[in-house]
Amino acid sequence: MTTTVRLRKIGFGALALAFLAVAGSSFYHQRYLPEAVVLGEGVTAVTRLSEYGESLRGTANDIHLYVLEGKAPGGTILVFGGTHAEEPAGRLAAWMLVEHATIERGRLIVALSANRSASTVTRPGAAYPPEFTIPTAWGGQRFRMGDRWTNPLDQWPDPEVYIHYPSGQYLAYVDIRNLNRAFPGRPDGTLTERTTYAFMELIRREHVDVAIDLHEAELQYPVISTIVTHQRGQDMATMVSMTLTDLEGFKIGTEFSPRNLHGLSHREIGDHSQAVSLLFEAPEPFLDATRGRTNADVLLTGKDEFVVQAGKRGLLFETIDEHGWPIAKRVGRHTSSVAQTMETWTEDHPDRGIVARGIPRYKDLVRNGVGFYLRDPAVAPAGRVVYE
Amino acid sequence: MIFLQSVITALYYGLVAWAAVLIAYSFWRAKTWEREVLYLIVLVPFLLRALFLK
Repeated sequence: MTTTVRLRKIGFGALALAFLAVAGSSFYHQRYLPEAVVLGEGVTAVTRLSEYGESLRGTANDIHLYVLEGKAPGGTILVFGGTHAEEPAGRLAAWMLVEHATIERGRLIVALSANRSASTVTRPGAAYPPEFTIPTAWGGQRFRMGDRWTNPLDQWPDPEVYIHYPSGQYLAYVDIRNLNRAFPGRPDGTLTERTTYAFMELIRREHVDVAIDLHEAELQYPVISTIVTHQRGQDMATMVSMTLTDLEGFKIGTEFSPRNLHGLSHREIGDHSQAVSLLFEAPEPFLDATRGRTNADVLLTGKDEFVVQAGKRGLLFETIDEHGWPIAKRVGRHTSSVAQTMETWTEDHPDRGIVARGIPRYKDLVRNGVGFYLRDPAVAPAGRVVYE
Repeated sequence: MIFLQSVITALYYGLVAWAAVLIAYSFWRAKTWEREVLYLIVLVPFLLRALFLK
């Protein structure tokens, strides 16, 4: 090998290492981007999911649980966002609760990143942005953009067919990493199953009355702008949807959880615990297969001309126009739905009521934007900032 | 099943590391600059995987 060839190889090798460093740095920062949570006055304790599933300790899914306990005794409600980390309205709505809600009666438990592992990766080949920023008066807050499934770095390989435990139902192979196909889980299963098992243990041990799973859906998906409810929550969900549609300025329907479709939170939590399980869906055009450019702008504005065209051709299950579905509307739908669920639950169960105040509702978020309600960690009191 | 998953994962990462070594060796032995560039393009994803970055 001549000196020229040797030098060329060294040059090319250095260039490849530079590309490796740039790409590796991007992936590393996406996986470890710290997201600040400023604990509101209502947060009385912060604990970990591993308290309910020891095998999660030290894993990506040993997530924080935020407890907001009122002075008066009452019922318990669990709200979790980030089951599917590519659906940011669910996570941001949970953020609103932790940073602003105060419980006067009963208890609220919140998880911001139910499948934290899924928030550390984006969908291969889908050109997702690795993160997005919500503008605020103090500059803006960065969030990880995630995926629907647990990061393969944390759980791999996938089987040819995913056989759900304990039903034995056959599901798509990739859904073995889908938190919302892995309920009720098992203590010695995959990371995703161990996560759902810990949630089930939390629900059982803390005597959770109502469990709410926050989601978003593409407009081409028929289950959208709705509350999916276990049969034990049908009356309450119907009343919540009617009240919201009448009073809050947005339409939301009710659908019943299919009894023979397993692994989903609205089915398994209700079947395997005392809790009433609900799942809320808001519209997210970013997820539609017909979308155009895939970037943080589309994620936050919900505007996409190609999805609008699909709507004009009758291909969608939700309306969309040039105003899109901005993140404030999507988050507001969730916060109002959670608040209304508490109110309806309390009316129906006065002995286990849950009374909250301070939750920004749909009209507040549409008027002020999401960033208005994100608190600046730089000026937070000492010890009141947690990182997701 | 979880035990099998762990075994397969360990074997997989070993295989990825071994493939990376072979590609790097092929790069060093390549006689044309086009082949060298090709080997390096193929090598980068293997290294990202072996380093638990992607």
